[in-house]
Amino acid sequence: MSVIGSTAMRFDEEQSMLLDYARSFCADRGGLNAAREHLETPLEYSPGVWDEMVAMGWTGIGLPEELGGSGLSIGAAVPVAESLGKALMGTPLLSTLLAAQLLLRADSKAAAEVLEGIAGGDAACVAELESEDWSALPRTTVIDDAGMLQGQKRLVMDATSARWIVVTAVAGADTALAVLDATTLDDDAINPRVLIDNTHRAADITFNGVTPLAVISGASVLAALRDYRLLGALLVAAESTGAAAACLDVTVDYLKTRKQFGKLIGSYQALKHPSVDMLTMMDSARSFVYHASSLLGSEPLDKDQEVACRMAKAQATDALKFAGDRAVQFHGGMGFTWDCDAQLFIRRAQGAQQQFGDAQHHRQRLAALLLDD
Amino acid sequence: MNAAVKELEDFRREVASWLKANKPADPGFLLPQTFMEVGSEEQLEFLREWQHKVWSAGYLGMAWAKEHGGQGVDAIYQSVVDQEMRRQAVPICFNVIGLGWAGPLINDIGTEEEKQRYLKGILSAEDIWCQGFSEPDHGSDLGNARTRAERDGDDYVINGSKIWTTMGNYAKYMILLARTNPEAERKYDGLSFFLAPMTVDGVSTRPIRKLTGEYGFTETFFDNARIPADCLMGGEGAGWKIAMKTLQYERGAEAGAAGGLAFVRIVIDDLIQQLRDVTRDGKPVLEDPLIRDQLVSLIMEEKAISLGDRRSGIPALTSDYPMSLPLSNKLRWTEYARRMRQFAINAQGADGALFVGDDRAREGGFWQRAYLNSFSATIGGGTSQVQANIVAEHVLGLPK
Repeated sequence: MSVIGSTAMRFDEEQSMLLDYARSFCADRGGLNAAREHLETPLEYSPGVWDEMVAMGWTGIGLPEELGGSGLSIGAAVPVAESLGKALMGTPLLSTLLAAQLLLRADSKAAAEVLEGIAGGDAACVAELESEDWSALPRTTVIDDAGMLQGQKRLVMDATSARWIVVTAVAGADTALAVLDATTLDDDAINPRVLIDNTHRAADITFNGVTPLAVISGASVLAALRDYRLLGALLVAAESTGAAAACLDVTVDYLKTRKQFGKLIGSYQALKHPSVDMLTMMDSARSFVYHASSLLGSEPLDKDQEVACRMAKAQATDALKFAGDRAVQFHGGMGFTWDCDAQLFIRRAQGAQQQFGDAQHHRQRLAALLLDD
Repeated sequence: MNAAVKELEDFRREVASWLKANKPADPGFLLPQTFMEVGSEEQLEFLREWQHKVWSAGYLGMAWAKEHGGQGVDAIYQSVVDQEMRRQAVPICFNVIGLGWAGPLINDIGTEEEKQRYLKGILSAEDIWCQGFSEPDHGSDLGNARTRAERDGDDYVINGSKIWTTMGNYAKYMILLARTNPEAERKYDGLSFFLAPMTVDGVSTRPIRKLTGEYGFTETFFDNARIPADCLMGGEGAGWKIAMKTLQYERGAEAGAAGGLAFVRIVIDDLIQQLRDVTRDGKPVLEDPLIRDQLVSLIMEEKAISLGDRRSGIPALTSDYPMSLPLSNKLRWTEYARRMRQFAINAQGADGALFVGDDRAREGGFWQRAYLNSFSATIGGGTSQVQANIVAEHVLGLPK
């Protein structure tokens, strides 16, 4: 068997419609001007836009119909995430979809009420990190003998807008999930952080004896957590791929209009060739995310799916990092300013690297999957 | 399973078993990995015999008309043959300029007479073809070609020289780009395209020795060489357009090839296999973290190219830049191949310094030779830098 493995690329009518629709919706409601309006505000999106997404059923992607979902595979979220990224839209959609996947895969019955709420439009998030180590399991966040949640979580994406919070915790000797209603937290429990990616929001959360709505434990939690991390990597990869495509557009437009030394700067090979590198890196990222999307179902992720998600993340965030980096450089003095859109991309790129593991983190795990049998 | 699918599956089995039964034994000398590396008579004769055998069995030119030596069936049958050839790692069908570029061109825009005259010889390997585009002073800059073709009665008289002529010393025909009108207002309008015989007086070739130490191409000289006027293709002044069409076959943006394995695809699995028994710091080199990181990057690069091929067939998924994948394919694949082979040599440790001819060289110096030869693909048919310009201009719309 070749180390290259599956190269499946399937795409059906339903996905095609979703892709078309997501692209035009996000281009219409999002974009650079819209992103800029929210850069220095507590919320990174307009509540009206969120309501529209809910009305289209996007929060139900990946959830079965009996829970109010669309019945589509979570892979269908890939074109939506890509479209969000292309329009630099920061909504809690990805966090919400991922929280739903974690609950669904851990114990859909215990979490049915929350999953139905999500399908109906409640935002949700997952509180996981306790340190800078992406792969660590919870250690200091615990469910105490009284069944109360104690501890602290870091860099919880979209914590400020979530109605439901899924917290990884230690319960006895097990890793468990505590499902919280955000309104039961202390007033000062959520502390927003200052992020390098100013189009997204994240916060630390302190739990001083909160009573969870539900606690899920058992073997399914670890498997669900593993899948959640891989799906998170994939959706951030899709989002980053979209952002890289937008970054390329912005940069190429500039290269076609800016003159120096009497010539359009896009005619210089020193700028042309790295622009092609931006394109090919983005193209590879798109191939990986669509490939992963083609493979996904509702079952626990197998080796091919894990490989696909990790490759997508490693490639996409590197592609965005390179694109953002070159975008700032190619804009010259302008590129160093707040007003130049290049800053939005390089900051987004650095933020995306740090979600669900950077490229090296995933390559290290890919090495074990691909080279050691 | 519907009838067409079953028919294809039956055909695949038939091809596979034929290849298994007819795959030539190891000849005892290194075989060329690409058509640009045929440098000795023994290699030439071996490959000519092999291609002839494949064609006689009915597995070349599947989509070309029967009366021209083909099989007259759908092109999908050729893809099946090519896939099976690759899978079984048989020798290449080396007459690539004929099979892949000149032949498809004649098939697409040639007259019936031209088809009758040339196509069958291409398939059977009786007539080897070469390409006369590049000239000594301007490699990729074809618009500046200086080789002259002057009409004189029923002939054209050719003067000048061409360079990097792959198989120039073996070829019976050349696709030749020459200047018929030096006064033309646009330099491109002064160029014409010929299906030119190499076996006339006044054509001579000088073999050029490559960096590997082998021979694989020539410089070709025309000294008042007279070729019949009916070698002209498409009228005087149409040369640039036809050459560009030919380059589309060469650069892979257009299908139409007669098929056959054009080069041995050395894949990442071959490399990994080698790394299992090389030692570094007392451990298999495959356990070295830095090597692993670089190796995974290479695996991803190869996989991305394969996935890109798949994706390019799904229009909805290529909408941002529809021409990006086909136009950048040559650039990406050849650059990847060169770096992957270079990596393979480095990973051999001290023995990476050995070359073909040394009895301790790994696999007879296969990787060293493959690496050095791989530049033929990143330079030939337009250097990677020229390819990058093409992608920048035609896909991204950047100014010339």
